[in-house]
Amino acid sequence: MEAQVLQILQFIFDQFGAWNAVWGIIQPAWPVIWTLLKIVAIVAPIMIGVAYLTLAERKILAWMQVRIGPNRVGYWGVLQPLADGVKLLFKELIVPIRANKYLFAFAPVLVLAPALAAWAVVPFENGMVLANVNAGLLFILAMTSLGVYGVIIAGWASNSKYAFLGALRSAAQMVSYELPMGFALVCVLMAAQSMNLTDIVNGQQGNAGFLNWYLIPLFPMFVIYLISGVAETNRAPFDLAEGESEIVAGFHVEYSGMGFALFFLGEYANMILIAGLTSLFFLGGWLNPFHGLGIIGAYTDMIPGMLWLLSKMVFILFLFLWFRATFPRYRYDQLMRLGWKILIPFTLLWVIVVAAWMQTPYWVWSSVQG
Amino acid sequence: MNLETILFYLLSLMTLFSAGKVITSRNPVHAALYLVLAFFSTAGIWMLLEAEFLALTLVLVYVGAVMVLFLFVVMMLDINFEQLRQGFWRWFPFAAVLGAILAVEMIEVLGNAQLPAATAQAAPHAANYSNTKELGRLIYTDYVYVFELAAVLLLVAMVAAIALTLRHRQGTKKQDQSEQVRVRRNDRVRLVKIAASGKVAATEIKQG
Repeated sequence: MEAQVLQILQFIFDQFGAWNAVWGIIQPAWPVIWTLLKIVAIVAPIMIGVAYLTLAERKILAWMQVRIGPNRVGYWGVLQPLADGVKLLFKELIVPIRANKYLFAFAPVLVLAPALAAWAVVPFENGMVLANVNAGLLFILAMTSLGVYGVIIAGWASNSKYAFLGALRSAAQMVSYELPMGFALVCVLMAAQSMNLTDIVNGQQGNAGFLNWYLIPLFPMFVIYLISGVAETNRAPFDLAEGESEIVAGFHVEYSGMGFALFFLGEYANMILIAGLTSLFFLGGWLNPFHGLGIIGAYTDMIPGMLWLLSKMVFILFLFLWFRATFPRYRYDQLMRLGWKILIPFTLLWVIVVAAWMQTPYWVWSSVQG
Repeated sequence: MNLETILFYLLSLMTLFSAGKVITSRNPVHAALYLVLAFFSTAGIWMLLEAEFLALTLVLVYVGAVMVLFLFVVMMLDINFEQLRQGFWRWFPFAAVLGAILAVEMIEVLGNAQLPAATAQAAPHAANYSNTKELGRLIYTDYVYVFELAAVLLLVAMVAAIALTLRHRQGTKKQDQSEQVRVRRNDRVRLVKIAASGKVAATEIKQG
């Protein structure tokens, strides 16, 4: 990949006969430039994805509620996200009196940055990853656990009661739901015997297509991971941090313009991240679900892996939107009960079940070492 | 001076600066946030030492969970700063003595420790060397009793803390979840059969 890019660059600059001079300048910094190019190649599609996820959400919610949805800006509303972005850019930034200015400005950044940083270890295909670290799964957990700071700081720095209540709710909720999420991933890493995300996907390879995925032995963990993912991203039905019927808009009630937009970027980037991780951990990532299943498998093997990953992510994202259209918001104590009394004990139990299962010959899912 | 050395000094400076700010900040929330920064840069230093498991666990546990709860409590405090600063000089001698004792202890321990020479280079690890696996092997085989003891200690502390602070207030209108979940239809709903036509119902009432 790197060689091809260099070749193209060389071809372009050779047209002006300037390649040697240009290469002389950029060669010492090339590793840094190359990494930056890769980061742009990851972040730019995510940002476009975020923009169109907002449109998809409005359209799908509209259809589920027998409405039409946005259809004025551009054909079929396709330019709606751009219009929203421009509108938010030109809005006035209001900082409340007696708010902590620096923290108030810093909080939206803290929501968005970890959501993007986590993508560093996410592989898009075999070997197609920014940083192929061995402790990738831990890195993801560490990064997603940082997102809560933006919410807390936003709530506290706004110097507003509603924002503060939203922040408190969100802090307790995110800390509680990180535990079942972590335990669900413990099951995954036991099955894969690796914390490297590429290894985890390769561990789900086999000749039985989707039956080799960890979805099959870890199905309860898949469901729990999805529920915790919804709670971690503060999405309906767990959007108590911004419950508009009780605390107006929760932690971002005092934000306007781009600050507000950054919170939304962060929320949607997190949704895409959770969808990507769910597909990698449980749905075989870029693997073909029909691989090895007769003639269908032979034909579908021709589809590039990244398209499979993308379609799995879109499916999970659709679930997110579907949940929002279907379920009423949880009451706060119900949310806590679900987390602490049902999800966490059940994940603990399943960790033991998987550990025992793996000692028996009935564990047929391959892992990296075996 | 290679990149690692520069990073080390940068992270160390950040750690020292934020640690200093933790104790000098007027606002407890700022102090807590500086503590988060201190943890974060320490994790960076551990990462430079190739202890990626410990570094990421530090971020995950201390930054992601412990400090969130810290902030949670600190933010809800209503602190009178004037009151807080009263009696600073009264207690200063006591604190100075304590600090001196701590400093002497640290110097004694670090001064006598058999630390390997700073110039010694650790042998590079094989490509498939897993820090996490090595740590797990050490904890669960060589030091299993010590590890379990530490775990029990934490558990006892947790149970004690909950037992000390658990209070049942009377007269609150709190919902009892388990009771709500246990409710069955028959407890709440009674189906009564009523005849469809009014005339029949009237005669039934007369007879009854």
